[in-house]
Amino acid sequence: MQDGVENPLLAVRNLRTYFHTFSGTVRAVNDVSFEIGEGEVMGLVGESGGGKSVVGFSILGLIDSPGKIEGGEILLGGRDLVTAGEDHLRKVRGREISMIFQDPMTSLNPLHTVGRQMDEVLRLHSDLDASARHKACIEMLESVGISHAAERLKAYPHQFSGGMRQRVVIAIALLAGPRLIIADEPTTALDVTIQSQILKLMRRQIASKGASMILITHDLAVVSEMADHITVLYCGNVVERGRTRDLIETPAHPYTRGLIDSIPDTTERLDRLSQIPGSVPDIRNLPAGCNFRDRCPRAQALCAEKEPVLTPQHGSLMAACHFPLKPGDRA
Amino acid sequence: MTDTPMLQVRNLQMHFPIGGGILDRLRIDARGLRMENPVVHAVNGVSFQIKHGEIMALVGESGCGKSTVAKSIARIYKPTAGKVLVEGEDIAEHDFAAMLPVRAKMQMIFQDPYASLNPRQRVRDIVAEPLLEQTKDAQDRKDVPARIEALLAKVGLNAEHAGRYPHQFSGGQRQRIGIARALSVTPGLIVADEPVSALDVSIQAQILNLMKDLRDEFGLAYLFISHDLSVVHHIADHVGVMYLGFMVENAPRDVLFSRPRHPYTRALLSAAPSIKAKRDVAEIELKGEVPSALDLPSGCCFRTRCPFAWERCAAERPVLQEVGEGQTVACHLIDAPERDIA
Repeated sequence: MQDGVENPLLAVRNLRTYFHTFSGTVRAVNDVSFEIGEGEVMGLVGESGGGKSVVGFSILGLIDSPGKIEGGEILLGGRDLVTAGEDHLRKVRGREISMIFQDPMTSLNPLHTVGRQMDEVLRLHSDLDASARHKACIEMLESVGISHAAERLKAYPHQFSGGMRQRVVIAIALLAGPRLIIADEPTTALDVTIQSQILKLMRRQIASKGASMILITHDLAVVSEMADHITVLYCGNVVERGRTRDLIETPAHPYTRGLIDSIPDTTERLDRLSQIPGSVPDIRNLPAGCNFRDRCPRAQALCAEKEPVLTPQHGSLMAACHFPLKPGDRA
Repeated sequence: MTDTPMLQVRNLQMHFPIGGGILDRLRIDARGLRMENPVVHAVNGVSFQIKHGEIMALVGESGCGKSTVAKSIARIYKPTAGKVLVEGEDIAEHDFAAMLPVRAKMQMIFQDPYASLNPRQRVRDIVAEPLLEQTKDAQDRKDVPARIEALLAKVGLNAEHAGRYPHQFSGGQRQRIGIARALSVTPGLIVADEPVSALDVSIQAQILNLMKDLRDEFGLAYLFISHDLSVVHHIADHVGVMYLGFMVENAPRDVLFSRPRHPYTRALLSAAPSIKAKRDVAEIELKGEVPSALDLPSGCCFRTRCPFAWERCAAERPVLQEVGEGQTVACHLIDAPERDIA
């Protein structure tokens, strides 16, 4: 990778996940590669339909029919999760890799107490006895900022507010001490003051446990404050990746530039926001050549003929573009 | 343009009683008295005004009552108390028939572009419906199709789109259809409830630009409801910050963003993630969460989370007071600046 992640914790190579529907094959993830080092936070960003959630589900082996991983490797500690059986995956989920979902109400079971759902993780992934598990659950709830933890263990998910529920989900995700956490839009359903509490909590917990994280989000502002590296997806392809500062300040791909410029900001006032014209193409029927060319201000004849591949750009950046931006260029 | 503001809202209140089922009616307390049904205090006395051609934004977190204010003004709800004056005419007590002429002056755009368009109607019928409702003269009705075509062009759709159904459009295009429908009766005021929150950021920019262009062209006033401070900063002339059904601060945009006075406004601004360098407003981190609107705190609504709160805040509810440059703030800190040590 661009700045040489040595001994990556997780390496995704040429991942392709397709959905075979009646109206055609949806290439939700089409040749995606990236690596994550120990203790690193990687942001996976893009708009709806970019394929970012499908990448997360593919890593955990949670793709169901009509979806199928058609090719590629997902290497965790040298072992390929794509070819590994369900038995192995079941050991990986929760213990090695855990997931935080967007909506805490749907990822918690409404019929079981929070304590029982936390206990389940330890029962499956540790050798602790019942009283040690109970103690570990209380400690974990307290560390995510929930007071009166012993009593709250007996409560059901509906008795918590949205922010508190997300804290419970984070506690469950951290319980078995996973090495990688996949957080899929973890704060999108939350208010901004609660969002900042949860982001701080996640940052603190990950640093103290030395875990790595894939942060999947549409919100570039959140990712720019959290991630070490960013990977930008468009129509199932990686269009750009690199270190957060390089990518935010001097992006090479016109799509990344367009995304950044279309975010209104409270520090400056423009009469008009710059906008990316048009909308995301139908992913069942992608244009030949570059997927972004119909919306791109820099597109030329070559873009319709040849699909661009990731090539090194300035700084730490890699971009898939025939006519990438240099620092100082306007889009 | 007249001197009468487009919209004046005075002491608007909206309370929703909950319960009312047979078991609730049987509930009695220890002394054998019937207990009162609980009431959600969604909006507790909000006042503001919008001039012609002005964009006023209401911001706040979920449950602060901003959408309820919008729906009470659009008379989707009947306010519990207070006045809503549209060009000087109080519509708070209007019935359906009396609202009809008012709806030619005031239209609404909704958050969810999937739920707000009838899936069984063609686009041309969706856009024409408010206009036909307002046009009873057969001769005038003949002009409607041409007007629909012009409206669709205005919002960036073409004539060929008019015969299609909503499911054939993307989220951004549907929001354009919703805007065309609102514009069809040439209103002076559009109440827009989170019009861009369901959209991707590149599409959000398109819709915000469109709304600004339309304001400039038609001299529209907007009441713009949003939870997103950066969107509000981009579009609004005037901003009201709401918390738990109260307006806690109200100021022209530049004043609010450069010199926020209420601790809640300051906390909101410092919590908003930014892609650019951090703004230099002192950071206030809030503990805890919003209290229940069923059981409002005594005194100041914000005191349970406010880092500055002292005895006076529990005893006395602060009222909005003018602090200069059109900025009004409801906070006791204004009288006690020595306590403000953030």
